[in-house]
Amino acid sequence: MTPGAITPDLVAEHNLSPEEYERILEILGREPNLVELGVFSAMWSEHCSYKSSRIHLKKLPTTGPAVIQGPGENAGIVDIGDGLAVAFKMESHNHPSYLEPYQGAATGVGGILRDIFTMGARPIASLDSLRFGALDAPRMRHLVDGVVRGIAGYGNCMGIPTVSGETTFHPAYDRNILVNVMNVGVVEKDRIFRGRAEGSGNPVIYVGSKTGRDGIHGATMASEEFAGDETRQKRPTVQVGDPFTEKLLMEACLELFRTDAVVGIQDMGAAGLTSSSFEMAGRAGTGLEIDLSKVPVREPGMTPYEILLSESQERMLLVARRDRLDAVLDVFRKWELAAVEIGRVTESGRVVLFFEGKIVADLPAAPLSDRAPLYDRPRVAPASIGSSGWERLPEPPDYGACLRAILGSPNVAEKSWIWTQYDHMVGTNTVERPGGDAAVLRIKGTPKGIAVKSDVNPFFVACDPYRGAAIAVAEAARSIAATGARPLAVTDCLNFGNPERPEIMGQFEAAVRGLADACRALSVPVVSGNVSFYNETDGRPILPTPTIGMVGLLNDVSRHVRLPFRREGDVVALLGEARDELGASEFLRTVHGRDEGPCPEVDLDAERRLVDLLVRLADERLLGSAHDVSDGGLAVALAESAMTGGLGAAVTLVAGVRPSALLFGETTGRVVVTFPAEHEHRISGAAAELGVPSARIGSVGGARLTISLDGRAVVDEDVAALRDLWRSAFARALESAEVL
Amino acid sequence: MTSSSTKFAIVVFPGSNCEGDCHYVATELLGCRAEYVWHHDTDLKGCDVVILPGGFAYGDYLRAGALARFSPVMESVIRFAMDGGPVLGICNGFQVLLEAGLLPGAVRVNRGLRYICRDVYMRVENASTAFTRLYEPGEVVKMPIGHGEGNYTAPPEALTRLEHESGVVFRYCDAEGNVTDAANPNGATAGIAGIANREGNIVGLMPHPDRCAEGILGNAVGRRMFESAVASLAPA
Repeated sequence: MTPGAITPDLVAEHNLSPEEYERILEILGREPNLVELGVFSAMWSEHCSYKSSRIHLKKLPTTGPAVIQGPGENAGIVDIGDGLAVAFKMESHNHPSYLEPYQGAATGVGGILRDIFTMGARPIASLDSLRFGALDAPRMRHLVDGVVRGIAGYGNCMGIPTVSGETTFHPAYDRNILVNVMNVGVVEKDRIFRGRAEGSGNPVIYVGSKTGRDGIHGATMASEEFAGDETRQKRPTVQVGDPFTEKLLMEACLELFRTDAVVGIQDMGAAGLTSSSFEMAGRAGTGLEIDLSKVPVREPGMTPYEILLSESQERMLLVARRDRLDAVLDVFRKWELAAVEIGRVTESGRVVLFFEGKIVADLPAAPLSDRAPLYDRPRVAPASIGSSGWERLPEPPDYGACLRAILGSPNVAEKSWIWTQYDHMVGTNTVERPGGDAAVLRIKGTPKGIAVKSDVNPFFVACDPYRGAAIAVAEAARSIAATGARPLAVTDCLNFGNPERPEIMGQFEAAVRGLADACRALSVPVVSGNVSFYNETDGRPILPTPTIGMVGLLNDVSRHVRLPFRREGDVVALLGEARDELGASEFLRTVHGRDEGPCPEVDLDAERRLVDLLVRLADERLLGSAHDVSDGGLAVALAESAMTGGLGAAVTLVAGVRPSALLFGETTGRVVVTFPAEHEHRISGAAAELGVPSARIGSVGGARLTISLDGRAVVDEDVAALRDLWRSAFARALESAEVL
Repeated sequence: MTSSSTKFAIVVFPGSNCEGDCHYVATELLGCRAEYVWHHDTDLKGCDVVILPGGFAYGDYLRAGALARFSPVMESVIRFAMDGGPVLGICNGFQVLLEAGLLPGAVRVNRGLRYICRDVYMRVENASTAFTRLYEPGEVVKMPIGHGEGNYTAPPEALTRLEHESGVVFRYCDAEGNVTDAANPNGATAGIAGIANREGNIVGLMPHPDRCAEGILGNAVGRRMFESAVASLAPA
């Protein structure tokens, strides 16, 4: 390549700023060639380098007694005892899913599964956290349908159950949907594998699908905003998934991990062969020599540039012990997968790439990540969204009608339309199926179980990023604890707009602080995560959406607590207290059509005590049911336990706050529990001891849910009729949405 | 033959994904022995019962089970079945039995055109097969399904024969045992959820007994299908 061939235009096309290019010149001491420029472009993309977020992510607590692997690997790993650990991570696949919902979502599942099984873990559960626009927005029904089918198509074929999730609808996602997928796997503590290219002379082996021209510069795409009609031209950057091949790849890798042949392994995810090779060498402080002409390709004439940056799916880069190369190749032969030695580990600290006998790139490994740009981008403190006057609204005339309206709203309506399309039982570990506060899985071979949950209320975060993010952690912990599990650790998936805009960066910084404070208060370290910026189209950003994925541990899975009312005559009690809060509630949006704040308060210390209490009550087997109060408030929580249990309840409340806030306010720190009357004394004693307010509010029984307030009946509904409404509302809303 | 001496062969196609679930039921829950048999193998390892588990045998991009019947292991399974050995096909395993011609008929895409995973009710129509002898005739059982192609059908003559020869083993019904269209999750002809050959040693069904074989999962009714096989091997 002749000097001067890298023009400023070419640099800009690679999404590198002039300053970043200067830094490349400084690192290399010369001009890069086109292949090298492509490598820098991918490695220094926002998606791979976290250049705008790293400075803030450092504030998150990442260590703890149970943490085996924190952020920086393919997935985080936490000890659960008995020689076992769980590996988990959440990732976004937002942009591809908007362009091509089926393949975008499917390959999102494929990517996160690879992150888990590369660590040596067998994936046992997926969760999906989805945000869509208004159902009547253009293409929205197509997007909902495609995303759900894509997640189902991939996960079902792989035989990994999708056990839990959440789905929110709001016009802010009309042109930028969010598809966040989490996976959890189980691994033996002494059989964990990492992405490290160690041992000079060891072979570097390419395994899995052939490399095609698909997805070239996907990582860069995920780091740009959409403008207008780009969805069409960018289609080729969305990859196509092949779950059958991934299933073979997973089984082959897991079989191989039982041998002593593997030194290090990494998924070829975003930025494909580039990121896997540079990161594996960078982490180990070694170098690599790779012959790109040996990479299996799908079509002739592929250039080194294309081979390096392709994001074809279902591929892995593996370093094996030199003396065990044959064993490795044998396993992949059994599973009928391509496995080719394409290079070797060196001590040079450089990644040297050959193609047809010539060196096409020669770059130092570590500086690609160590010296990646790091920005403290300008930010302005986020404006918190307060009330626009909901306090002056008259109380509604019919609270029962409000309850029905909220139960029928797309955000609150039961989502079995979605989760019956997912195989949520394969693996026979699913003890608590979708629809509970958190899914519960047993860990075979032990008495233990884990509870898993993804959570965030983006309406809260939009009103107050700090508090909204803290509430996401608190609510996830509360949901986990409602099953009886002790919250262990967190993964996060931080979806925001364009970080180059000070108001977005302000949201991000505040949200990360909120996460950090809540994670510290609840002793749940963040062990893995993902940042997705540039979620905006034509300058219109999404609601800030820091999705939390949490895993909790049950020492005895048979003690797990369920959401449905269980027995006639059980006492209904409320743990926690109501406040006069209606801001950002489903009630305001659905009943009054008002999108306003403020975000509810959160008391992290109280949340921690509530978690402790729930875990203790479950451990002592005192509870009949437990259900976190969240979207739709207390009335909706009561209705959900009634509808799922097929039992009514008679509830009597004393109004300390306005009736609508008492029934539908989304005040944090509350859980509805039920229990036999003979346990009341022990339960109220434990609550008092831990400083958790508890109040008996009624009893389970009959076929109706009645709520009276200061002696006046305000809700009196037939549970079966409510259930029919709640169960059918979502499918009906989808069917009635205009198809475009 | 006793539980501890009964040996299950669990056939593994590359895209099988319920082989571990079946293995767990046979070994951990029933205390039997079990061997995985890889699709390239032809040796059933002296097993007494063969299970074809659920999954997506070869990815099933063509048609569920369509390619699996050409695999070497199926020759052995066919011979074993023809000799009267008990063979159970669950979900995709049922589809493989149909494609291999061991049972009549075929399954089409569910009438709703979507994959469905949920509990269904079935009525036991034939409680004398190798896999249903521990159920009561007419008993209503709840089992989970998880499939996109479970809409069973067969030519009219075959259906008539099935009905006359007690070939229908399970039929979708409501919780009270009524066979209704509303209780039929996938559109299967005559609500057929599972069938057997005339001798009753080959049984295939769409629902998953392997997913409801123990209390911790909320339902243990499926366990009796595996126990039936053990009982059927006991000397009279």
